[in-house]
Amino acid sequence: MTGAHETLLSIRDVVIEYKRSGWRAQPNRVLHSVSLDIREGETVGLVGESGSGKTTLGRGILGLVPIASGTVTYDGRDITHVSRRERRGLAKEIQVVFQDPYSSLNPSLLVSDILSEPLRAAGVAGGEARARVKDLLDRVGLPTDASHRYPSEFSGGQRQRIAIARALALEPRLIVCDEPVSALDLSTQARVLDLLVEIQERTGVALLVISHDLSVVRAVCHRVAVMYHGEIVEQGTTAQVIDDPQHDYTKRLLLAAPVSDPDEQQKRREARRLLNETALAADRESVGA
Amino acid sequence: MSVELGLPATAEPGTFVRLGMVRRLVKKPTVIVAVVILAVALFFAVFGRLLAPFDPNYSVLDMINMQPFQSDFILGGDRAGRDILSRLMFATANSLGGAAIAVVVSTLLGVTSGLLAGYYSGTIDAIGAWVSNVIQALPGIIVLIAVYVVAGPSTVVSMTVVGILFAPAYFRLVRNVVIAVRNELYVDAAKVAGLSDARIIGRHVLVVVRAPIIIEMAFVAGFALVIQASLEFIGLGSPENPTWGGMLQDSFNALYISPLAILWPAAAIILTVLAFVLISNAVRDTLGDPRNSAGRKRRAVQVDAQTQVEASDAFLSVSNLSIAYPLSAHETREVVKGVSLEVNRGEVLGLVGESGSGKTQTAFAILGLLPEEAIVASGRIALGGRSLLGLSEKQLNALRGNDIAYVPQEPMTNLDPAFTVGQQFDFAMRKKLKLTKAQTKERAIALLARVNINDPERVHGLYPHQLSGGMAQRVLIAIAVSCDPALLIADEPTTALDVTVQAEVLDLLRDLQRERSMAMILVTHNFGVVADICDRVAVMKDGRVVETGDTRSIIREPQDPYTQLLLASVLDNAPMRAPLDAEKETAS
Repeated sequence: MTGAHETLLSIRDVVIEYKRSGWRAQPNRVLHSVSLDIREGETVGLVGESGSGKTTLGRGILGLVPIASGTVTYDGRDITHVSRRERRGLAKEIQVVFQDPYSSLNPSLLVSDILSEPLRAAGVAGGEARARVKDLLDRVGLPTDASHRYPSEFSGGQRQRIAIARALALEPRLIVCDEPVSALDLSTQARVLDLLVEIQERTGVALLVISHDLSVVRAVCHRVAVMYHGEIVEQGTTAQVIDDPQHDYTKRLLLAAPVSDPDEQQKRREARRLLNETALAADRESVGA
Repeated sequence: MSVELGLPATAEPGTFVRLGMVRRLVKKPTVIVAVVILAVALFFAVFGRLLAPFDPNYSVLDMINMQPFQSDFILGGDRAGRDILSRLMFATANSLGGAAIAVVVSTLLGVTSGLLAGYYSGTIDAIGAWVSNVIQALPGIIVLIAVYVVAGPSTVVSMTVVGILFAPAYFRLVRNVVIAVRNELYVDAAKVAGLSDARIIGRHVLVVVRAPIIIEMAFVAGFALVIQASLEFIGLGSPENPTWGGMLQDSFNALYISPLAILWPAAAIILTVLAFVLISNAVRDTLGDPRNSAGRKRRAVQVDAQTQVEASDAFLSVSNLSIAYPLSAHETREVVKGVSLEVNRGEVLGLVGESGSGKTQTAFAILGLLPEEAIVASGRIALGGRSLLGLSEKQLNALRGNDIAYVPQEPMTNLDPAFTVGQQFDFAMRKKLKLTKAQTKERAIALLARVNINDPERVHGLYPHQLSGGMAQRVLIAIAVSCDPALLIADEPTTALDVTVQAEVLDLLRDLQRERSMAMILVTHNFGVVADICDRVAVMKDGRVVETGDTRSIIREPQDPYTQLLLASVLDNAPMRAPLDAEKETAS
């Protein structure tokens, strides 16, 4: 490992647009000039509400949606507009864990097929791939006999472990985790997050954790970026953003997340109402002016 | 970790999905009949040539229009004195072969183009759709006559054309399925995993369209057989080879002299086509219903044991409630096991648990909304001293709205997309409160304003798809309280919403509950929501209430190990992760 944490992925002024239906319709711009760096071995959290563009940024990095302008540099190499063939080569570098462990695993394939698929695509021979599948299941805490079963035989948390094992198969240096635990039960959430942190500490993989849940990001991320309406409004270390938020939206987001202590939650509720009222008053003033 | 890793034991790991499908199919008597018919047809198609007692064109003058079962020509002789049985056997290969050509051609063309159009969309899709539309617009029979004129009597050519004419059916079917599959996350995951397009289509997409293609193939085979026979019947077949359609035409011309002769080719055609259609339907039925539908009967919610009504001061009291679902004729599975709850007027009870804990089932039992196969094995539910179990649907309807109201988890799917917001208010209020149209509108607008919707008059006229998720949930809450219910049951009312919207909706629920001093049950998995709004909590696990008490004491001093585990999993209390550089320093 290198001493300093080199920048692994660098996102600069990225704009992503979706075509609207209709002839000569203006495209819908969902990301406005977003910049973000991820260093080697770092976990960066991307927080925002639905429609803020956080998932779109993840898909842009993965090459699943085209980038309208700006650059994405991976390990010093511009990957903004790489061809399909080159993108396939990047499979060894950048991987993904999706939100929904039900639709992210093909229900008609055996777990062993799901896990060996990326290995076979990368040219690993059948026998070696089988051995690696065993090792992968072991690493995510699933029994070896899981490989002869279908995804439908597993619970949500177990499926998410399978998805994580698939992401680890090619030993990537960056994994994009799009809402990795939001579909899971509370006690399962904590265990899957523990697994992610443990894997990261062991392998030094960098993670981009996309989530709407600040408590998830707080527990696993070194740094946090807050997205709002397609822009990153604030970023910094987790402590900076969560303990001393600067942007109004971040403040509102923090106060809106309910905490499990009744008295603490009552204080938050009052603070939030106050903040909303001042924001409303400010709005009225600006309209009046 | 042991909780999560309890894998279900399966007798035959790995094979049960596919075997299950075939096994369910083979159980159906219609499938057995169809398979036997097709097996016989296939047998004669392959061996008919060897088994036939005579050459199909061997003709004996004495045998002209011979009646069946009276000579060596068992099924009789045709107009030219040839053995009908031998000709029938020879014809099997020609007729089934023709159908096979049509099926192969249409499947190859339609499936390939459908896969490409669905997967790549854009220009390829547009061209595919255009070609498919043109082919569908062609009058098939005229094309076939024209082909006959140009190419002469050839089964291969005419059935190839039939295949091309059928290709659009596959194209549309496959394209639509592929478009649905293309948006599945596992296809995205495969792309990120570095699979080539060909591999993704072959492995992930083709698997999904496999079953609908089989259904369509059986259907096309039957239909192609009919078209082929029709062409031959109107004289467009090749005269040198015996075919079922050709034999039909032959015997039709001698109908008055030898009426029975028409029976044999007609029976061959009808039985084979019937077999194809039966198989196609059976596969469709089997795929459509994952469970075996034979053993399932619909019945009203059963109440096995009605315990004596005890005096209880609580407004809503649920005691010893058990709910079970039938697994088979003899076995049932209990999902709620002896649950007891009490909610007073003006009180909010949080029903907390993970998925599968039975919290939603309990709530639905109170609402009288359990699915029909559910069995209430024991227990009692009383609202204001009146027992709710065993009420008829009509009596329950009278209660819902006025006495009990419901706020669901998914706001969007719980508003009828065909009606405006105002009309959805009308349904409830005009029935329950006997108000006039003008009065309901006035009241609805007042309620919309109450749930903090800006411009309530405009929203009153909007359709659900024009609302955001938060707005739709406010509308549902307004509808739920429109008839002044005494008890409000909210099932994960904020789970589908963003946190900032969640906070506002919780504020609203809390304010409304206090204003109207409603009793409220809030089903949730989120302790933050519990801390925010609930007075008391019941923690559920595996169908049982493991702990119940006031919110502060449950959260601060949980007694049950499961509650302790849940609270320990709440991430608010987890340590914050340190910055990367700091982590590095402490490590070295």
